[in-house]
Amino acid sequence: MYTVGIDIGSITAKAALLQDGRLISTNLIFTGYNSATAGKKVFSELLLAAGMNDTSGIKVVSTGYGRSSVDFADKAITEITCHAAGAYFLNEKIRFIIDIGGQDSKAILLDEKGKVKNFVMNDKCAAGTGRFLEVMARALEINLDDFGALSLDAQNPAQISSLCTVFAESEVISLISKGVARENIIAGIHESIGSRIVALAARTGLTTPLMVTGGVAKNVGLLGALEKALGFKPDVSKYAQLTGAIGAAVLANKL
Amino acid sequence: MAEKDPAKEKRKIKSVKKMKDIMTNYYIDAKMAEQNGKKVAWITSGGPVEPLIAMDVIPIYPENHGAMIGASKMGIDLCQKAEVMGYSSDLCSYARSDISCATVNGGPIGGLPKPDMLVCCNNICGTVLKWYEVQARYFNVPLFILDTPFCHTQFLPEARKYVHRQIEEYIVFLENACKKKMDHDRMKEVGRLSVEGQRLWQAVLDTAMNKPAPLSAFDAFFHLALIVTLRGTKQAVDYYEGLLAEMRERIADNIGAVENEKYRLLWDNLPVWYRTKWLSDKFAAADTCLVADTYTSAWCGTLKYIDENNFIESMAEAYTRIYLNIGVDEMARDVVSMIDKYSADGLVMHSNRSCKPYSFGQLDIQRIVREKRGLPSLMIEADMVDERFFSESQIETRIDAFMEVVKERKSCTR
Repeated sequence: MYTVGIDIGSITAKAALLQDGRLISTNLIFTGYNSATAGKKVFSELLLAAGMNDTSGIKVVSTGYGRSSVDFADKAITEITCHAAGAYFLNEKIRFIIDIGGQDSKAILLDEKGKVKNFVMNDKCAAGTGRFLEVMARALEINLDDFGALSLDAQNPAQISSLCTVFAESEVISLISKGVARENIIAGIHESIGSRIVALAARTGLTTPLMVTGGVAKNVGLLGALEKALGFKPDVSKYAQLTGAIGAAVLANKL
Repeated sequence: MAEKDPAKEKRKIKSVKKMKDIMTNYYIDAKMAEQNGKKVAWITSGGPVEPLIAMDVIPIYPENHGAMIGASKMGIDLCQKAEVMGYSSDLCSYARSDISCATVNGGPIGGLPKPDMLVCCNNICGTVLKWYEVQARYFNVPLFILDTPFCHTQFLPEARKYVHRQIEEYIVFLENACKKKMDHDRMKEVGRLSVEGQRLWQAVLDTAMNKPAPLSAFDAFFHLALIVTLRGTKQAVDYYEGLLAEMRERIADNIGAVENEKYRLLWDNLPVWYRTKWLSDKFAAADTCLVADTYTSAWCGTLKYIDENNFIESMAEAYTRIYLNIGVDEMARDVVSMIDKYSADGLVMHSNRSCKPYSFGQLDIQRIVREKRGLPSLMIEADMVDERFFSESQIETRIDAFMEVVKERKSCTR
């Protein structure tokens, strides 16, 4: 049986295809302004790449902020439950997830069956999210993909204390005007996100093994900052950004 | 016109109309007070209203008015007006909307009737002190402040004496303001009616122990108005007798507040006044009833300290030991006992930007509930009146995810 998970996030739309519980294909596109269109596109591209023409009998679960706009899905499930199912699928030992997405960061505690025991999401503000990093990358005129690697050269990470994205941006601009090296500013941004998210995780009963999921997990600099704040190295899957979509496909298997 | 859904009609609480009529008349009377030679006192929601009733003074609650402003979605406009006047956006939205409303006679009822005096009790928060001072200057009327020491772990004899002495001063203040002596027999009668009203209100809330609950916290937010504003009157007693009878009837007829109640939750903090319907529909769609809350039960939570035969003396303790004036450990004990009493499957906390004393300590209470009962809990960040602090899609995701956890957990324990 084929199942598909579609995760419509605030920045990217992801899809994963499972055949009898085995991951066979994934896809990722930018969400753009129309999440319904993004849902259709990420789905049709996924099937095309897998060489499937017939969509009948495929069970679909949607998740993420645009979950309700995927009108062809059999069910919508929140990203919290889907990330838990996805992380458990990728590694059954995982008991804790830190997910850093486009507009949300989440700390999720799992039980031994991979079910959500408890979760906390960031305050309703963009600090510590992918969007926060995008804003900072723009202020620094750096491609977001280079952000992580650049920060590894930091000798003396700057202190970014503001919790508000807009204020943090002005803080960054004033650091730039003071002539602070870019890599130190970027490392400072990563450290501020890392400590903020670890505080969130501590409130949720932080435990190990811990996996970092979400698109921001691709940023090596941020992973380093998280490791520093956690005091240990978190688990990261190569499917980090696709965890929610994979989890949705896993849950579609149980419909 | 669309056909009415008979099942939905059956679930509607009939007493609602009576309550609306009583509140309308109450505000009309208050607005006509000057013409009728009556005095009006503005009083804080946790303040001792009984002596006012005994002195025939009409009590007016700026906080009840604040709730009305929130429910009529007029909060942003009035809060912004206060900000233009120079008040910080971090100030309580009841205070902001009341302070600005007084200057423009705005809001859903064209402003509150002018006060002849102000009565401020700080058992609910410290903000009321400055708020009432501002209004005392604005209206140029006398202000009485009743200071109730915070009960970190206990209620000391010194505190009892201190508060009791102030209640005596309060009565003298009222006698001076009204230019007449207090009728102590009448005061005793008002005290008795207050206790009776509170008992009935508790009995109404207790009917939610039934499965399905005949009323939800959202209903309680509405029916609360009388026990706040007209506590100590026969009218409040009669109303709650009727409401209790209706709830018992609903239990007998197996009518629940939520059509297909499968999950039961406890609510903490003030309502999000401008979103009660949205929240109520959101939870009902997940077959969930918010069966009880820490907010509406605060108006009968200190019955255990009241001696109805010695009302004036015992009210010192009752007004000091209310939910917002006790330590977090005791609050957590209250929350856990409500979870048990109403068989709740989880806890929903409103982290209310306006109400600092209510919201401070919620993380600890959440942790204690998790440790003692292993129940999931959810934190919603919002504000009771100022809609600018409500973010729908983020709150929706949190509620959906929380309900997935509650359902999963209940299906495992079944």
